[in-house]
Amino acid sequence: MSTNKEYLRSERDMEWRAELRKKIANKERTLMVRTRMPEMDPAVRIRFQDREVNTGLTAAQAQSEASRCLDCANPTCIEGCPVSINIPKFVKYIEQGSFLEAAKTLKETSALPAVCGRVCPQEKQCEATCFYAVKLQKDPVAIGHLERFAADYERESGFVSVPEVAPSNGIKVAAVGSGPASLSFAGDMIKLGYDVTVFEALHEIGGVLKYGIPEFRLPNKIVDVEIDNLRQMGVKFVRNFIVGKTASFDDLKTEGFEAFFVGSGAGLPRFMNIPGENYNGILSSNEYLTRVNLMNAASDEFDTPVLRGKNVAVIGGGNTAMDSVRTAKRLGAERAIIIYRRSRVEMPARVEEVHHAEEEGIEFLNLANPVEYFADEKGKVNGMRVQRMGLGEPDASGRRRPIVLEGSEFDIAVDLVVVAVGVSPNPLIPSEVKELKVSKWGTIEVNEETMQSSIPELFAGGDIVRGGATVILAMGDGRKAAASMHEYLQGKHQ
Amino acid sequence: MNQIVDKVLFSEKVAKFVVDAPRIARSRKPGHFVIIRVDEKGERIPLTIAGADPVKGTIDLVVQKMGVSSSKLFELNIGDHILDVVGPLGKATHIHNAGTILACGGGVGVAPMLPIVEAFKKAGNRVISILAARNKDLIILENEIRKWSDEVIIMTDDGSYGTKGLVTAGAEAVIQREKINECIAIGPAVMMKFTSLLTKKYQIPTQASLNAIMVDGTGMCGACRVSVGGHTMFTCIDGPEFDAHQIDFDELIVRLGGYAAEEKLANERYLKLN
Ligand SMILES: Cc1cc2nc3c(=O)[nH]c(=O)nc-3n(C[C@H](O)[C@H](O)[C@H](O)COP(=O)(O)OP(=O)(O)OC[C@H]3O[C@@H](n4cnc5c(N)ncnc54)[C@H](O)[C@@H]3O)c2cc1C
Ligand SMILES: Cc1cc2nc3c(=O)[nH]c(=O)nc-3n(C[C@H](O)[C@H](O)[C@H](O)COP(=O)(O)OP(=O)(O)OC[C@H]3O[C@@H](n4cnc5c(N)ncnc54)[C@H](O)[C@@H]3O)c2cc1C
Ligand code: SF4
Ligand code: SF4
Ligand code: FES
Repeated sequence: MSTNKEYLRSERDMEWRAELRKKIANKERTLMVRTRMPEMDPAVRIRFQDREVNTGLTAAQAQSEASRCLDCANPTCIEGCPVSINIPKFVKYIEQGSFLEAAKTLKETSALPAVCGRVCPQEKQCEATCFYAVKLQKDPVAIGHLERFAADYERESGFVSVPEVAPSNGIKVAAVGSGPASLSFAGDMIKLGYDVTVFEALHEIGGVLKYGIPEFRLPNKIVDVEIDNLRQMGVKFVRNFIVGKTASFDDLKTEGFEAFFVGSGAGLPRFMNIPGENYNGILSSNEYLTRVNLMNAASDEFDTPVLRGKNVAVIGGGNTAMDSVRTAKRLGAERAIIIYRRSRVEMPARVEEVHHAEEEGIEFLNLANPVEYFADEKGKVNGMRVQRMGLGEPDASGRRRPIVLEGSEFDIAVDLVVVAVGVSPNPLIPSEVKELKVSKWGTIEVNEETMQSSIPELFAGGDIVRGGATVILAMGDGRKAAASMHEYLQGKHQ
Repeated sequence: MNQIVDKVLFSEKVAKFVVDAPRIARSRKPGHFVIIRVDEKGERIPLTIAGADPVKGTIDLVVQKMGVSSSKLFELNIGDHILDVVGPLGKATHIHNAGTILACGGGVGVAPMLPIVEAFKKAGNRVISILAARNKDLIILENEIRKWSDEVIIMTDDGSYGTKGLVTAGAEAVIQREKINECIAIGPAVMMKFTSLLTKKYQIPTQASLNAIMVDGTGMCGACRVSVGGHTMFTCIDGPEFDAHQIDFDELIVRLGGYAAEEKLANERYLKLN
């Protein structure tokens, strides 16, 4: 449950762990090579929007990879994990073959291990601080792949442990939005005995996990199992309900809700405001991915249409851009190009996704930025002008700042453009709740320790607080908010 | 929830659905809309809330049969359920006492205009309404509009009812006759464009309610973007009503055709199946 050094040591000192460490010499462990995640053949997988690229480690592969881990006395990997998962403990359980125990360990800290094992930017987090990477300059232990293995094993075993729930205390609390922040909040609060309702604006539960991240990376059924779990524990889900519109916070208070967690995400897509951007055939990544992932637009059986391009350009270098360009490929694009204003090393996308994209024949036009779009007589985009960029001094984010190379413009023929240059916080709640303190970027301001906003009974976390961030950070916020809301409500009810 | 408690056919292609949606019935204001999804395979389509009964907990939707989604809705009858209904969405109309209001409704645009006309009347305005359509059969909600208007003018393209001519002809006659303080235009994009050009000539502040293509209706996708005063706005959260004189109607008209080929194909498939 914590990074507490003593707790970690006492766990590490347990006999089974000490035994396991003795079984193989460290020297031998470090000579093993990192197990490769088996994946579908790129030529085959680009025909399926809904088949997962990574097919998952076998038990033997997982155990072999787990035995690389040195069970360090000072496990620096944990420092890299935003929710401080007890990494060596779960990894050693895998080495030992106690897969269900490994899954249970993950659940001590993470509400959605099957999700995080798949989508965490591990190479920047836990794996970046693994002893192998830091001290040995070797490939780190594949912590993410192992996490996914343990969570998948548990789900497929049919022995999913539904956590114990405290007796109901009758206190009603609500979560606004159903993304990872709210889901982990709801999980913790229901365990503490609260009466928890999650309100979601869309017709599906899951937030970005459902409408954004494609099935070839994160199958919907994996998210659904977690949601079902929460439901079994007693969490109520209300879809098609926009807090602030369908009912106000005041209405909900009248109905007995005593505190709120806002996890409404960073839903507002940004555009570049360049000439021609409103032509048909130019759309935000949110629109493109929502049509395909939430509305099943790629299937003829569903009514929502999606534009299929032969020459597709996707603007941006993050996960959203990578998801969009790979989706375009799967929907039949002959050319699917990433256009990104910095170089490969600055790309914020997960390294694995960039690698997979490359395998799938995605073209990368780096150090380039669109300046204008052109259209045919019907107003449908048919070309774009791109400008070459150079890299200057590092900016506030530490990445080198892109600079325009004058006179370097050139044109590309395109028939579909997806703009994935970032999102802004969802403005709905701040605009409906006038007293709420928000930053100049539109994020909700909270006390970082407690996630409490300027309104005492209103807590917030995830992308609405951080701007576009990550699943694991959103989940961490949800848990923190649950802990401090509990304290707040207990104080109130004494 | 979402049960259809009444269905009234105004014509072969226009019907009113009264839908059980107590929350929305209580919280909606004139100008708001909902997004519905008829069934599991359906798309999300926006429909204006044409009226509501907060006591009974129902909202009225007046729908024109266009393509697949509206046709699927038409197949539903009293007692059936609409799978998803979410709202109220959009910004409410700014209702105030302006003096004399000229309300121009084209085709099914009269439905979203009804609650606005009612609200303006209740706020103490003199309200002149113009209902325009291709022919007599497509004139809807005439009695309801009459209830909240000081005067109603009917215009049909073919002269089968009221005066023969376009909505702009009717509007110009009124403008030349008396002082109009504000105008509202709701209907097909072309109709709103020409109404807006007319009122611009006479410098009458005008609001138009746009029918952009939408997906989520909550500001998440940008499908509904329009140019207003040179800035890109999202119809679902910044609108649907905007200052008509600032709207780039030509861009709106082009964008409305953004999925025309796909919609046509889908409709052909649908018609074959039914
Ligand atoms: C395409 C894409 C790919 C990504 N890939 C990765 C990745 O690989 N790894 C990673 O770590 N992160 C990734 N991210 C980022 C990650 O998904 C987000 O940081 C995370 O989902 C944020 O979680 P959240 O709970 O704050 O909000 P969200 O997941 O955004 O969920 C917010 C939910 O709230 C709902 N809502 C908003 N307002 C209201 C309201 N008033 N009432 C009711 N409901 C409301 C919304 O409809 C939405 O469903 C990706 C994001 C995108 C878009
Ligand atoms: C805020 C808002 C409020 C609306 N209120 C109402 C209402 O109260 N009653 C009502 O009948 N309709 C209303 N509409 C329009 C309605 O959403 C569309 O008619 C509907 O989406 C058409 O779906 P379809 O599948 O039946 O037709 P489609 O197959 O999608 O379209 C058929 C034909 O209609 C055109 N078309 C598509 N979408 C639109 C559109 N948004 N506006 C005009 N033409 C379009 C297409 O180009 C095509 O030629 C509203 C739209 C908006 C944005
Ligand atoms: S949650 Fe993410 S960062 Fe933490 S251990 Fe798992 S994969 Fe690594
Ligand atoms: S730092 Fe690496 S080797 Fe050490 S315990 Fe963590 S995962 Fe194992
Ligand atoms: S409909 Fe998606 S942003 Fe307006």
